[in-house]
Amino acid sequence: MEIDPFIFRLSIFILSIFIGYYVVWSVTPSLHTPLMSVTNAISSVIIVGAIIAGLAGNSNTIFNTSSIFGFLAISLAAVNIFGGFLVTQRMLAMYKKKKKDK
Amino acid sequence: MLSANLSAIFYLISGVLFILALRGLSSPETSRQGNFFGILGMVIAIMVTFLSIGNFSTGFVIVLIFLLIGGLIGAFIAYKIPMTAMPELVAGFHSLVGLAAVFVAIAAFLNPEAFNLGYPGKIKLGSLIEMSIGAAVGAITFSGSIIAFLKLQGIMSGSPITFKGQHPLNAFILISIIIIIYLLCSTQSSNLFWILLAISFLIGFLLIIPIGGADMPVVISMLNSYSGWAAAGIGFTLENTALIITGALVGSSGAILSYIMCKGMNRSFFNVILGGFGATEQSASEQNKEQRPVKSGNADDAAFLMKNASSVIIVPGYGMAVAQAQHALREMVDTLKKNDIKVSYAIHPVAGRMPGHMNVLLAEANVPYDEVFELEEINNDFANADVAFVIGANDVTNPVAKTDPQSPIYGMPVLDVEKCKSVLFVKRSLSPGYAGIDNDLFYKENTLMLFADAKKMTEDITKNL
Repeated sequence: MEIDPFIFRLSIFILSIFIGYYVVWSVTPSLHTPLMSVTNAISSVIIVGAIIAGLAGNSNTIFNTSSIFGFLAISLAAVNIFGGFLVTQRMLAMYKKKKKDK
Repeated sequence: MLSANLSAIFYLISGVLFILALRGLSSPETSRQGNFFGILGMVIAIMVTFLSIGNFSTGFVIVLIFLLIGGLIGAFIAYKIPMTAMPELVAGFHSLVGLAAVFVAIAAFLNPEAFNLGYPGKIKLGSLIEMSIGAAVGAITFSGSIIAFLKLQGIMSGSPITFKGQHPLNAFILISIIIIIYLLCSTQSSNLFWILLAISFLIGFLLIIPIGGADMPVVISMLNSYSGWAAAGIGFTLENTALIITGALVGSSGAILSYIMCKGMNRSFFNVILGGFGATEQSASEQNKEQRPVKSGNADDAAFLMKNASSVIIVPGYGMAVAQAQHALREMVDTLKKNDIKVSYAIHPVAGRMPGHMNVLLAEANVPYDEVFELEEINNDFANADVAFVIGANDVTNPVAKTDPQSPIYGMPVLDVEKCKSVLFVKRSLSPGYAGIDNDLFYKENTLMLFADAKKMTEDITKNL
């Protein structure tokens, strides 16, 4: 009997929760705010789904209800990706300056 | 066009890079490299998606345009946002992730062929379950984050909004969400899908309104977690490894942060979520607010005390952020250090409005991170310090948490500020903090209250040093 591919995805999911658990506990408390902004940015990898939806229409129907939701989701996720990574960078750069001072 | 197997491998790589991004945050030295890994992972994921679809016609241009619009807005916000507004920003960003998840789910529901999930009205059962869970959690994240954002911005009152029958109503809605998902899966009716979204938006709203302003660190962490689970739900629908890994990482990250925040307040997660903290205690504190004597001083007195100290511990709180006093504070500390006074900073886990908020503000003001300590690291040092300078913090210093079992904050870990030889307390008035209780520290023999705006007072002290 073949194993349903869902089981493999579920395995990845469960193991990733454990990885997340141990990795996040090792994050130093002073970097918890950058942690939140960077997790925000990476969860916007949902843009992958938005791109698929946006490109699904053929040349006659680029704009149908489904692809319009896709396009909107692309913009929303892009705000997060750029905003999230850049603001994290900005914060982390402030932790850097002090290192040089010392 | 990329083969499905090859793109799956690239998605896996991008998932691994996201793990490394979080791993980098274990120390400030490796954190920037971590952020770079995160960006790289995202670029790979987006490129692979384009290549695997292989459709570079008009649609591609439109996708790029929407991507750029969003990107520009995001970049603009990231450069403009003041560090004090970080909690609002993160809450706002969470709402976008939530809404994006909802939109992707809608797109997949309307056009399942594009995602290889079957046909409208005949969507594969597993995919439909995953999709509706992703959409429901996304909708809850969206409306919940909007409320959190409004409360943090001060557009909406930070005090808890409670009404009779609130918990039964919420329980009822949560159960109906499960029933609707079940019905949706058996009938594939699009009406049920829209109803599901509508009530999920509603429950997100209802879940957050009873939670007070001081509990925002928990709420933000919790919504962070939700946005991860929503992403994971969509990841299962799209059969995308990068999304599943990321969703799991973000989901557990947010859950851990909520746990740390709850522990910092000595409250159970459910206690925070059920809300209403502070509302019931207000009346009690008003009753026993008899006029107790306090010693108040001016900048001159404070400067005198600090000049004669050999070690000073600074306890910053949300009030410092509100008054934008972190730069003035750093100047004061520089002056103190010139006089060979040892200065360190003590940060309570729930200081500020989100996890690690104070650390970022101090870093912005160029405070070296090795002078900033967490509660457990520094709490024993208060007994040996000469002066504790409390600026904008209140409840986290209240000794009542250790002495009075009747107090709503009893058992909460607090900074042992009262053990210092003298305590300087910068505050606008004697009003109680967010927990709505009086702080015994105000009336202690060795406490000097400095009634003023935090920034102005700090500047005045620096002048007098």
